Amino acid sequence: MSYTPLLSVRGIGKRYGAHVGCIDVSFDLWPGEVMGIVGESGSGKSTLLNCMAGHLVPDAGQVIFDTRADGPRDTVTMSEPERRMLGRTDWAFVHQHARDGLRMGVSAGGNVGERLMAVGARHYGDIRGKATDWLERVEIDPGRIDDRPSTFSGGMQQRLQIARNLVTGPRLVFMDEPTGGLDVSVQARLLDLLRGLVRDMGLSAVIVTHDLAVVRLLADQLMVMKSGRVVEAGLTDQVLDDPQHGYTQLLVSSVLQV
Amino acid sequence: MIEIENLSKTFTLHNQGGAVLRVIEAARLSVAPGECVALTGASGAGKSTLMRMIYGNYRAASGRILVGGVDVARAEPRAIIRLRRETLGYVSQFLRVVPRVPTLDVVAEPLRAVGVPVEDARERARGLLARLNIPERLWSLSPTTFSGGEQQRVNIARGFAHPYPALLLDEPTASLDTANREVVLRLIEEAKARGAAMIGIFHDEAARARVCDREIDVSRFAPARAA
Amino acid sequence: MTETAYNFAYLDEQTKRMIRRALLKALAIPGYQVPFASREMPMPYGWGTGGVQVSAAVLTPDDVLKVIDQGADDTTNAVSIRSFFQRTAGVATTTRTQEATVIQTRHRIPEVPLTEGQILVYQVPIPEPLRFLEPRESETRKMHALEDYGLMHVKLYEDISRHGHIATAYAYPVRVEARYVMDPSPIPKFDNPKLGDCPAIQLFGAGREQRLYALPPWTQVVSLDFEDHPFEPSKADHPCGLCGATDSYLDEVIVDDVGGRMFVCSDTDYCEARQAQGHRGKDAA
Repeated sequence: MSYTPLLSVRGIGKRYGAHVGCIDVSFDLWPGEVMGIVGESGSGKSTLLNCMAGHLVPDAGQVIFDTRADGPRDTVTMSEPERRMLGRTDWAFVHQHARDGLRMGVSAGGNVGERLMAVGARHYGDIRGKATDWLERVEIDPGRIDDRPSTFSGGMQQRLQIARNLVTGPRLVFMDEPTGGLDVSVQARLLDLLRGLVRDMGLSAVIVTHDLAVVRLLADQLMVMKSGRVVEAGLTDQVLDDPQHGYTQLLVSSVLQV
Repeated sequence: MIEIENLSKTFTLHNQGGAVLRVIEAARLSVAPGECVALTGASGAGKSTLMRMIYGNYRAASGRILVGGVDVARAEPRAIIRLRRETLGYVSQFLRVVPRVPTLDVVAEPLRAVGVPVEDARERARGLLARLNIPERLWSLSPTTFSGGEQQRVNIARGFAHPYPALLLDEPTASLDTANREVVLRLIEEAKARGAAMIGIFHDEAARARVCDREIDVSRFAPARAA
Repeated sequence: MTETAYNFAYLDEQTKRMIRRALLKALAIPGYQVPFASREMPMPYGWGTGGVQVSAAVLTPDDVLKVIDQGADDTTNAVSIRSFFQRTAGVATTTRTQEATVIQTRHRIPEVPLTEGQILVYQVPIPEPLRFLEPRESETRKMHALEDYGLMHVKLYEDISRHGHIATAYAYPVRVEARYVMDPSPIPKFDNPKLGDCPAIQLFGAGREQRLYALPPWTQVVSLDFEDHPFEPSKADHPCGLCGATDSYLDEVIVDDVGGRMFVCSDTDYCEARQAQGHRGKDAA
């Protein structure tokens, strides 16, 4: 068991003028753990995710990442080149809409290969080999390597986005509603895939979703957000099965039982 | 192996006028390695609640729950995750798995989680599924489509895959046929023999008598009715 | 209208000073695109307004100007720009590469090696090599600033995956001094090796896009490629039909309507000089 969290979030806050994005959010994420963040629309969960991933600059707080080279560093205050380098090596970001995370005019192979080339891969055969391997891992027929993602189904696009993100072996993946907008059967396949990848690669992940079933299957820990604040946090099954806060009790009891 | 001291549990229902339900008070019990203790008491007396608290699924209001030296009532989530992965198993009646994962991998998963190579884990899973009479043709299918009895047996196989030093058994033999009931009781006896500390809920009195060393009536942990 | 109605080389002195400042900055940061306040010129965009402004800013009365368009001194565009400066600057002009001190070019580098003291001015339609992959200027500028150039290789990857080889034949991207990725303007990739270690100053002007960039003499310029698909400067596999040269970039010319064709030097000065020395190709009259 390691003694340093992979990610330490301390007192993150973000306002949009008078409107509150999120306030005073703190948590630790340890290597190999998956953190789920749930809450209704406007609860601040996406703002928080974007602050952590460096897409938004928080007004307050620290996002401390245990870097390979220099140990724990606050990514909020690190220089943009350093943060971008993290963004294409140790971090990955899976968008809800695959087209936000893919280059729709570039072939599937080019999409997967981009991060490799961004960190210096210069051997076409190797890049293509890795792309083929990753297409197989996310269950896309390697015969489609030269097709553009615009010819893919929604589920395939999402899996391609995951391959494109994981090809450089990141240690931390941020996911924003990764199964949102997909059919239920496609969701199940994606969840299964994500679980396998998280286990096999020892990935840590932060998953924002409003789907409690998704966090029950994927997340070790859970944070429940309301109006920008974390109202409850803990072991996922504890929060879902024995919710302490009134809002969480309402949220859990509102889910339709199948 | 399992030590419970002065444990209590309340439920606060915020959406029902903040009603507070006191369900367990001043519970204490101790289970040694190689020992199996049965929880008894009328339905609703709090057997399942106590089991869930030991597993960390329900939060304790006060008291201590020591499992292999970890206080589940106070431990950080990651300590509980580790405890569940390595030390504390739970065989419940209900199977909860990711759809689409083959039965063989569902059973092998607890072993994979502690780093057992995939083929070794599957080999152990095959052995358990065979013992529990799950037809081999079903192993490559997801258990989500199985009958209730088959799902229960898959869940038992999964619970016994990794040799946990502590095990919680929630009605492991309920609604099993004689042959499968016998297999499960043998699995429990084998776990005892290798030194596992176990707490179980058994409505099956004959089974309870056969595998359990002691019985604890949880009614004695019920709060005074005056509350 | 008389020639004296214009300031020397058409542009006013303040504008030329502004452009020179931008050029000095461009020379100081090889390959970096410097914004400049491009002026309206008496010609349409796409006819070399960027190149003309750069030429106007660097010309002195003693200069000898050569203008080529796709290697030729005698095409409409080359002739009109040459006469523009004859009229507004009164400078001497030439078609001989060796005699010129300033050469404005569209889409070629002359075959005769350039020498110290010469300035080559390129007309550039689109200065941003990342444009077709990332349309947001805010983003491409950031990518240059952070040397985030993975995308450039994605373009070459796409080429190979679609055509089996890098099919980009002109405007082939280069990396300057291991720092900025630069669009060399739409010169054929045959000319790319001449960009690096060149004794002359190379200036690039994009009028519509309001950008200047430059390669000072002896700059390291590397064409992007893959280890297993190395850069290859290519040309048509023929000798010149007129002068017999085998080392020059060739244009394919259709000579009749039954499929007859010939390959001739695109650099007309080079070809004529060789013919004057007595070299003859198979199609020479």
